[in-house]
Amino acid sequence: MTGSSGLRTDARRTAWLLAPALAWMGLFFVLPLMVVFLISFATRSAYGGVEWAFTPANYRDLADPLYLRIYLRSCVMALATTGVCLVLGFPLAYHMARAPARWQGIWLVLVLIPFWTNFLVRTYAWMNLLRADGLLNTALIGAGVMRAPVEILYSDLAVLIGLVYGYLPFMVLPLYAAIERLDRSLLEAARDLYAPGWAVFTRVIVPLTKPGIIAGCLLVFIPSLGAYITPDLLGGARSMMIGNFIQHEYLVVRDWPLGSAASFVLMAIVVAGLWGYQRAGGVRA
Amino acid sequence: MQANPSVELREVVKRHGSTPAVESLSLSVRHGEFFSILGPSGSGKTTTLRLIAGFEHPDQGDILIDGRSVLDVPPNLRPVNLVFQQYALFPHLTVFGNVAFGLEMRGVARAEIRSRVDAALGMVQLSGKEARVPAQLSGGEQQRVALARALVNRPAVVLLDEPLGALDQQLRQEMQGELKAIQERVGLTFICVTHHQEEALTMSDRVAVMDRGRVLQVGAPKEIYGAPASLFVAEFVGLSNRVDGRIIAVDGTRCRIEAPGLPAIQADAPAGAGPGNPVALVVRPERLHLSQPSASNGFDNVVPARVAKTVYNGHEMQYQLHVAERLSWTVRVQNDNGGQKPFLPGDAVAVRWNCDDGVVLAR
Repeated sequence: MTGSSGLRTDARRTAWLLAPALAWMGLFFVLPLMVVFLISFATRSAYGGVEWAFTPANYRDLADPLYLRIYLRSCVMALATTGVCLVLGFPLAYHMARAPARWQGIWLVLVLIPFWTNFLVRTYAWMNLLRADGLLNTALIGAGVMRAPVEILYSDLAVLIGLVYGYLPFMVLPLYAAIERLDRSLLEAARDLYAPGWAVFTRVIVPLTKPGIIAGCLLVFIPSLGAYITPDLLGGARSMMIGNFIQHEYLVVRDWPLGSAASFVLMAIVVAGLWGYQRAGGVRA
Repeated sequence: MQANPSVELREVVKRHGSTPAVESLSLSVRHGEFFSILGPSGSGKTTTLRLIAGFEHPDQGDILIDGRSVLDVPPNLRPVNLVFQQYALFPHLTVFGNVAFGLEMRGVARAEIRSRVDAALGMVQLSGKEARVPAQLSGGEQQRVALARALVNRPAVVLLDEPLGALDQQLRQEMQGELKAIQERVGLTFICVTHHQEEALTMSDRVAVMDRGRVLQVGAPKEIYGAPASLFVAEFVGLSNRVDGRIIAVDGTRCRIEAPGLPAIQADAPAGAGPGNPVALVVRPERLHLSQPSASNGFDNVVPARVAKTVYNGHEMQYQLHVAERLSWTVRVQNDNGGQKPFLPGDAVAVRWNCDDGVVLAR
């Protein structure tokens, strides 16, 4: 009897502790999401309002090649960002995790320093760096590497640079956590068992840090897929990504139903990506 | 048997920062030998093992395996396999995957890997557990996997870092016998690092005792225990009763030692002993005999003592004695129903021994 009443008290306490967060999420996340979901099946009225009519027309409209190209571009851009972050981030995270304890703290602060200022401000800084008369071009010309400035700003490359810059810490931190936990004697055991360096990496380090790799990839892929500020400021007219498209539909064209539908397609892509990763994570290497 | 030693260390020096871990270390390990390096923590024994495995590089000296210097050979190309202290099994691989790892890395054909892994697992009595992952195994089973993972490669030398250190007492004693039996069956050179003297004595053909980066004595377990070359070896290996004194006379192979509060002690003279030398006499607990103070029989030495404490161990009685009011000695008496009534705490007793029961060492 005491056992079951104890269980009930526990359950009640848990419910009380969860209630604030659940209420917050329900009120400010789930409810608005439902509203957006409903709007995605409505139609745009003549003056940019929402006319309630249950129709899948918005989703059908999104199948237009013009929009599909934006989705495709976003996916490619997000994948490229994830890939570059992984390639740049792994050696950095590995170095950090293997550094003496005092240095690990310093490295962590260095990785996190960019978060001390606003992302928008930092993106403006990149505009200054990448401009034709910006720091990068001036330095390269000054060093005699090239004669004429190259316009990097307002291109896909600029967007990629900006996204990698913005999301690299999200790759480095989970990787660092995973590598830091890695038992050093396992690497020695692999060496002792005749593994050359690359085999130690592929056969021991990668499988054992896979949770960190997957976490890092998700943390980079998801926000870069929906990125808005970076492509808006650094990208050209052709560099539109899903985030810009949604913003465009909502605020410029004032077609809320189409923007809502685009948002849900974005969500669907993310959920599909998560599901795929989870499946991949469950399969033993 | 080849002419070259299996492993040879020549004047090896290794410093960690400015503190020397290994100082001018020379060792020669024979083929097919079970060789133990025994020492307290910080004695440099693990560093020695890591130098042979290739995880540390000596600052000076040379390391040879089968007569060839391996200083320029990275760990993955050395013909040695290390059984790690905490086993270092790959948690993401099965038992089979762990044992097969080394063979796969050397490109051994799949069918041969299969049969060699099966044989190795059979040898350590783990057949049927191929598909488990390390987390599903007991400590003893993990230890066996670690051993199989090394043996399967048939290396020139198997290195073991405190191989039984993580096991409980009973398992440890079982594995001592088994490890030695396996070593004899495979005929490989084993070099085992341990701080556990019983382990070293029971398993090894020869033992090297290390302290502070130096080898103090190398010899068969019997020599190490029965004829320790220094006070450190005598006190680190096994229990010993010690009394410090001074040689007052040398008479051929015998000498007389004077120690405060005790009658003059007869002992075998150490080489080069002379009157006035400060020495320590060391006698093992099982070499001392206890009797009533009045009893007289033909021992070379008789010293009065008082029983401080008794410990009943089942097969033997262990007496803690006060000798000359300042020394604490231990005597072990077999419980063989020999008719002797056990002494009680507070009893006055006589401790007796012969010259060849003790060892006189410089101090």
